[in-house]
Amino acid sequence: MTLFVVAAVTILISMALAVVRAVASPTVFDRILAVNMFGTKSVLLVAVFAFLSGRPDVLDIALLYSLLNWLGVLAALRMVEREEFYSSEPDDD
Amino acid sequence: MIDILSWVLIVTGGALGIIGGIGLLRFPDVYSRLHAVGVTDTGCASLILLGLGLQSGWSFESVKLLFIYAFLFFTSPASSFSLGNGAWQHKIKPWSKDQSTKGDAHD
Repeated sequence: MTLFVVAAVTILISMALAVVRAVASPTVFDRILAVNMFGTKSVLLVAVFAFLSGRPDVLDIALLYSLLNWLGVLAALRMVEREEFYSSEPDDD
Repeated sequence: MIDILSWVLIVTGGALGIIGGIGLLRFPDVYSRLHAVGVTDTGCASLILLGLGLQSGWSFESVKLLFIYAFLFFTSPASSFSLGNGAWQHKIKPWSKDQSTKGDAHD
């Protein structure tokens, strides 16, 4: 039982480091990188939580979120590459 | 015996995660940070998932954990590559010894 608590705490620490990097980062790619690391760590956290709470069906959430996280990174990169930073109204300059 | 093994695996996985986080903060530019995140994502994820798999034994959960690991195994190099490619397209110069060329467009 304490094994999962230790795992959760270590993962939370590395997530906090990723958040620090996400906040204080010079280029936009560092932020995407930090968010990507945060996402994979949250996948691990959900997996550990599935064992911590004794409900193994929570693992499906981790399964899905690992894919969603990757899609999010690709979408963010796509947006950065195409310089689409304006709000919903593209034509007002 | 299994518990000791999963303890060792999960603790080293967590340590790898923290080391990668520290590397993420300390490295000078995007490309080396990409390496730091790559180390943590694959190393820490595989160790922790393996440790959890040992805890759950030959059951349905370990199959799910195997799927999670397979997804992470395929997607994290792809996202690291697209990140590095995006940064390179965006003309971000890799860090070099003389600080004068930091950040401006490469040839």
